[in-house]
Formats: sequence, structure tokens, C-alpha cells
Amino acid sequence: MFGLANPERFMRFTRPLVPGLWAIAAVLLAAGTWLGFSAPEDYQQGDTVRIMFVHVPAASLGLMAYAALGISSFFALVFRHPLADAAARAAAVPGAAFTALALVTGSLWGKPMWGAWWAWGDARLMSVLILFLFYIGYIALRASIDDETRAGRAAAVLGLVGLINLPIVKFSVDWWNTLHQPASLLRMGGPSMSEAFLVPLLTMMAAYAALFGALWLTAIRTEVTRRRVLTLRARAALEA
Amino acid sequence: MSPFRTALSVLFRRELSLAWGGGGGPLLACGFFVCLTVLVPLAAGGDPVGLKPVASAIAWLALALASMLSLERLFERDLEDGALDLLTTGPLPLEAIFAVKAFSQWLATGLPLALTAPVAALTLGQSTDLLPLTAVAAMIGGLGFAFTGALGAALALGTRRGGLLIAIVVLPLFIPPVVFGAGALERAANGMDPAPALALLAAYALFAMVISPLAGAAAIRNAQG
Repeated sequence: MFGLANPERFMRFTRPLVPGLWAIAAVLLAAGTWLGFSAPEDYQQGDTVRIMFVHVPAASLGLMAYAALGISSFFALVFRHPLADAAARAAAVPGAAFTALALVTGSLWGKPMWGAWWAWGDARLMSVLILFLFYIGYIALRASIDDETRAGRAAAVLGLVGLINLPIVKFSVDWWNTLHQPASLLRMGGPSMSEAFLVPLLTMMAAYAALFGALWLTAIRTEVTRRRVLTLRARAALEA
Repeated sequence: MSPFRTALSVLFRRELSLAWGGGGGPLLACGFFVCLTVLVPLAAGGDPVGLKPVASAIAWLALALASMLSLERLFERDLEDGALDLLTTGPLPLEAIFAVKAFSQWLATGLPLALTAPVAALTLGQSTDLLPLTAVAAMIGGLGFAFTGALGAALALGTRRGGLLIAIVVLPLFIPPVVFGAGALERAANGMDPAPALALLAAYALFAMVISPLAGAAAIRNAQG
């Protein structure tokens, strides 16, 4: 793993990987979409069950991206590695986008199913919303410090603190939910899922994972290239 | 006395007098707290029956917001005039400096706010039995707010929009103490034992007191360059 921490080696290693990942993501997304639309209607939820194929992978990827951000922050902070910093930076915006997508699609599903766009009583909704707030804080902090190295280190501290804090926040919200009456209508699906829904869901999860991998690697590579250009430009200015 | 302890007590006295005396001190935070409490019934309607169930909620929300008020200047002033650089050349590690600053911040604003909170809750219709619990919960929660908030202040050092940024960074981290603190009051109001919620609140405050100085010191070092 640390062998790849060398930007040069990382760029060489990931160059063939990126188009492959994009292709896999595109194929899986197309297949998942087709499977999702050809899946039978749910006997209770009707057509709205299809929202799940967009919603569930987005929510899980939102969480995974934060884990990626936090772990990258750890390496950036402890080993002062520029590549880890680029990785943390690159994970933030896609992660926030996935989380926002999960919130929006969940809300769209909630309106016909629960009769409300939003349910403040549900711990899961709250946790995802708070995850989104963590992303916003991270992006805002990163954007408001001009010096890039400093912005990276401050953001890494916050990313790491967020990583430690997220389980606590999750616990507190769950605890709060047991304090209030848990809304009985908010139970997710049935106890087990039939194969007709499981196959498209798993396909979509794989598609989202590939999509995130492709987005992430592309963004890291762009960041490395951008820094290289900045360095070259500075050197050229010195020599001129 | 060892130089470490002398430095600690000198720094503590300096921070406390700055936090207490500088720019209004506790009066400012308490005044802000009272203003927020006044605005709620005006916005929600003065019906006492409607206000009663949210009394403790409003007290907690106002407490969380009021503890953020003076955070912006907590480190920035010392960073600008070079005092922070001087302090780091002394015998104290930056972690200790952070902890002393955050603790003084709590003494100067958190404690007065904790004493104001029961009064505010009382005017909103909370029953008198809950007043001691409100004060105790506000004290413990305020400690968590002060340390978490100071971390936000350290992270926002050297940015252009300090105050707003601190709020965005810190408010999501304020969620556990708000949940546990308001939960303690709600449990007590429903005739349950508030001790578990208070214990969780204290656990969060202790946790913040350990994590924040470490992370905050890293942030300050980063801002010093």
C-alpha cells in the first residue's frame, strides 16, 4: 500500500485502471437501471419500490466515502502524505453528492409511502442528514483557507475528528429515537427481500461502488496533475 | 513550584481575566441567551401550554448557540498579536494551552449560562422541580460545548469568515450533548430517572476534553505554520 503512496508510481499504476473502472461503472449502471425497471412491482409499494435501487446504494456510498475521507485524513495528518491529502479532498464532493442523492430520493419515496417528505422522528434519516452536514463543514473549512497545505491539514484534523464523532452522533441519535416513540410506519421493507429486488439492488450497489472508485481515482489523478502543473509553472517563472 | 505549574497558573489567570473581563465577558453571552429566549415565544405565539413542552428544548438550543458567541476571538487575537507564538516557546505544550483556554472559556461563559438557563426555562413554563437538573445538565453540557467549540475556533484560525465557519463546523458536533442534555430533562419530566442521560452527557464532555486539545493543538500548529 505504501508503495503506491509515491505519486509517480500511483499515476503509473492507476492510468489503465481509470478507463476500466468507468467502463465497468457504465455497464453496471445500465444493467442495474434495466433490471430495476424490469423488476416486478411490489405488492405494497407499487412502482415506488424502484426508488430503492437508487437510494440504498447512494446512502451506503455516502457513508463509505466518509470512511475513505477519514482514513485518508489520518494518513495525511500522521505521515504528511500529499497523495493522502489529495485522496481526502477528492472523496469529499462525491461523498456529499451521494449523501444528498440518498436524502432526496428517500424524501421522494417517503412522500407517497409515509405521506410526508421528511420524518424528524426517524433515527436513520437524522444520521444521514448529519453525515451530510459533516461533509458541508469539511468542504467549507477546506474552501475558506487560502494556503492549500494549511487548508489540507486543518481539513484533515476535522475529517479525523468527524470520523471519531460519527459513531457517537449515530449512537446519540439512536438513543434519542428510543426515547421518543419510534414511528411504527417507518419500518424498512419486509424482513427479507425477494430475489426479484435483490438482484437489481446488488447490481446497482456494485455500479455505484465502481462509479465512486472511478470518480475518486479520476479526481486524485487530476489533483496530482494540477499540483504538478503548479510546480512546473512556479519553476518556469523562477527561471524566466 | 515547578516552572510547568507556575506557567499553568499564570496562563490560567490570564485567560480567565481575559475571558471574564474582555469585551463584556459573561454578560454578552447571557444577554444573547436571554434575547434568544425572548424571541421564541414571540415567534411561536405566547400560548403557555404550547411553550411548556419545548421549554427545555429551547433552553438547550439557546445554550448551544450562546456558547459559540465568543469563540471567534478565542485564539485569533493571540495569533494576531503574537502572544500564541510566545506561549508556545514557554514550558507548556500547546495541548495544555488549548485546554486552559477552553476551560477558562467555560468558567467565564459556560457557568454563567448554566445559571441563566434555569431562569429562562422557568419563564417558558418548565416546572420548578426540574430547575436544579437544568442547571447541572447545562453545566456539564457547557463543558462539552466549550471544548468542542474551541476545537472549531482552532480549525477556523486564519480564515476569512471565522464566525460563520465555526458555526458550520461545530454545530454538527454539538448534536450528542444537545440530545443527551435535553433527553435528561425530558426523562425527568416524564418521571424517569435522568441519571443515564446525565452519565452519557458527562461521558461526552470528558471525551471532548481529551480529544479536542489533541486535535486543537494540531490545528493551531498548522495555523502558525
